[in-house]
Amino acid sequence: MFEHSLMLTILPPIFASLVATLMGLWKPRFALPVALGAIGFSMFGSIITLASVTQDGFVQYFLGNWSEPRGIGIEFRVDHISALMLVLITSVAFLSLIYASGKLKEEVPGKEPLFYTLYLLLTGGLLGICMTADAFNLYVMLEITSLTSYALVAMGSGRRAAFSAYHYVIMGTIGASFYLLGVGYLYIRTGSLNMMDINRIILEQGLQQSPTIIVAFIMILIGMLVKMAFFPLSGWLTNTYTHAPSCTGNLAAPLMTKVSVYVMVRMMLTVFGVDFVFDELVWSPIMVWLAVIAIGAGSIMALAQTDLKRMLCCLIIAEVGYMVGGAWLANHHGMTGAIFHIFSDGAMTLCLFLAAGIFFHKNGTGDIGALKGMYQRMPLTMGAFTLGAFSMIGVPPTCGFFSKFYLIRGGLESGHYEYVVALLLSSLVNAILFFRIFETAYFGDLSHDDHGHAHHHEEVEVDEAPPTMLAPLIVAAVSLVILGLYNSAIASFIGKTLTPLAIGGAG
Amino acid sequence: MDLLIDRFNYVAYVILMMIGLHAMIVKKNLIKKLIGMSIFQTAIILFFVSIGVKEGSTIPIAAHHDDHAAKHAAPAHDDHHGEKKHHEELHAIDPDDFANPLPHVLMLTAIVVGVATLGLGLAITQKIYRQYGSIEEDEILEKIRSKDV
Repeated sequence: MFEHSLMLTILPPIFASLVATLMGLWKPRFALPVALGAIGFSMFGSIITLASVTQDGFVQYFLGNWSEPRGIGIEFRVDHISALMLVLITSVAFLSLIYASGKLKEEVPGKEPLFYTLYLLLTGGLLGICMTADAFNLYVMLEITSLTSYALVAMGSGRRAAFSAYHYVIMGTIGASFYLLGVGYLYIRTGSLNMMDINRIILEQGLQQSPTIIVAFIMILIGMLVKMAFFPLSGWLTNTYTHAPSCTGNLAAPLMTKVSVYVMVRMMLTVFGVDFVFDELVWSPIMVWLAVIAIGAGSIMALAQTDLKRMLCCLIIAEVGYMVGGAWLANHHGMTGAIFHIFSDGAMTLCLFLAAGIFFHKNGTGDIGALKGMYQRMPLTMGAFTLGAFSMIGVPPTCGFFSKFYLIRGGLESGHYEYVVALLLSSLVNAILFFRIFETAYFGDLSHDDHGHAHHHEEVEVDEAPPTMLAPLIVAAVSLVILGLYNSAIASFIGKTLTPLAIGGAG
Repeated sequence: MDLLIDRFNYVAYVILMMIGLHAMIVKKNLIKKLIGMSIFQTAIILFFVSIGVKEGSTIPIAAHHDDHAAKHAAPAHDDHHGEKKHHEELHAIDPDDFANPLPHVLMLTAIVVGVATLGLGLAITQKIYRQYGSIEEDEILEKIRSKDV
C-alpha cells in the first residue's frame, strides 16, 4: 500500500516536538493542539501500516534509500508484531494525552509546552524502537525514550520526584550501556548492524557457538532486563512511576517496560534466532525460574502496599515476570502468550493508571483507604477500574484472561509447571488485592463512624471526573473487552510472524 | 601476559567499566555517581574505537579529491583512455589500509548521548540539592524518612 506509512507514523511526533517548543515561546495554549494533531496523525499512520502489513506481511523502508550494502544504512522494518506495537503505542499516547490536557495545568504549572515537547519525543522514540531493523539505531531510540522519560519524571512537583528520577537515570544508563556493549560484540563478529543481516551471517557462518555471540546476547539480555524492571533489577520502577506526574505515568507505565520486553523478544526471534536462543543456549529453565521469582516477588510486594499507585507498580513487576517467563518457555504458545500479554498488559495498565490518577485527583491522596464509597460517588470511573482489575485478575471476557490462557497453555506444553503455579497464585493474589479495594469502595461508608447503620441511606452526590479524564479511561476499559473478544484474531495475526520461525520444533 | 599486551585496549576498557559501575552503584555522593556514569560511558567509547583500529592503517579518507582536481587542471584531451585507467587504479582501495570508520561514527552518536545524559543528571542533581540541601544519598534518605513518619 502506501510506501511511506512508516515515516507518516514516526515523523509527526518528532517534528511536532520542535513545533511545540516554538509554539510554547509564542502562544503556549497552541502547544496542545499541535501535540494532539501530531499523535492523531501518527495513529492514522500506524493504522495504515497495520493494513499494509496485513496485506504484504511486512513493511520495509530504507532511510535515504540506502539499501546496499546492508548493515550500514538504516532500515525500518515492521512485521505483524511490531505493527500491533505501533498501534498500541499511538493509541496509549493519544488517550493519555487527552487525560493530560485537563490535568497538566495542576501538575506542571507553566511548563505545559515543555511537557508536550518531551511527551512527543518520547512517543516518537518508542515508535522508533518498534520500527527499526538496525541494532545501533535501536540504541539511539532507546536513549531518546530514556532521556525524555527521565526529564518527564523529574518534572513531578512532589519532593521525591527528582530523587526517583535520579535513580532512574543511573539504572537506565546502565541498561542502555549494556545493550550498546552487546551491539559492539555483535558488530565485532558479524560486521553488520542490520538485524536481518546479523541473523543471516550467524546462520551462514555457523556462529552459534562463537563465544563473542554468546557474550553479545548476555550483554543485550542484561541491558533489556534492567530496562524492563525484571525483578532483582526492578528497584527503580516503583518509586519512579509513583512519584512521577500522573500525566507522565500514564504514558510511561503502560509502554516503557512493554517496549523493553518487545526488544528482548525481537532480539531473540529476529537477531539471534530461535535456534541459537532455545537450542544452543539451554537457558530456558533458569530464565523461567527467574521469572517465577519475579512474579512471586512482585505479588508479595504488592500485598504490602497501602498506596494504590505503588501497588500497581508492584503488579507491573509481576507482569514483566509473566512476559519474560512466557517468552522463555521455548514454545509457540508461550511466545504468543507473551506477545499478546504485551498488548493486554499495556491496555490494562493504562486503564488502571488512568483510574488511579482520577482517584488521586479527587481525593488528594493515593491511599487505598480513601476510596470509601467510590461506587456511589464515581460510578463510571469505578466501573472502568473494576474492568481493569478483572483483566488483571483474569476474568473471562477481558483480555487478561486470554493472555494468561495462552501462557498457561505454553507452560503446560513445555512442562514448566512451576511457571503455571506461579501464574495461578499471582492471579489469586491479584484477586485478593483488588477485592480488598472493591470492598472498601463498595461497602465502605462515607460517614466517618463505622456503626452508622441508621444513616446509611443518606444522599450521596455523584461527583464524576471531568470528561477529559473520564473519556480516555472508558475507552481504555472498553478496549480491554474488545482485545479479549478478538483474542484469537490477534493471536493468529501474531502467529503469521511466529509460525515460520517454528519455535520449539513444531509451529 | 601476551594476551594482556595484545588486547591492552580491551583490558583497559573492562577495568574502566568496572570502576565506573562500582562508582555508580556503591558511592553515596550523587555527583560521584555521575562521574562513575561518565567513566562507564567512556569505557564503552574506548571499546568501540578499538574495534575499528587495524595495524598499520591510516585515517579512512580516500585521496580522491586531489586526483579529481588534478584531472581538471590537466588540459590533455588526447590521452583520455590512459587517464581513465590511471583513475581506476587510484580507485582500487585496499580496505586493510584504512581504519574502519563505522564504529567511530557510531561513537559520535554515543558521545552526544553521553553528554545529554550527564547534563540531565547534573540538572536533576541540582533540583535535588535545592529540595533537600544535600547531595549525599544517606542524608537525603534520612530526610525523606523523617518527613514520612
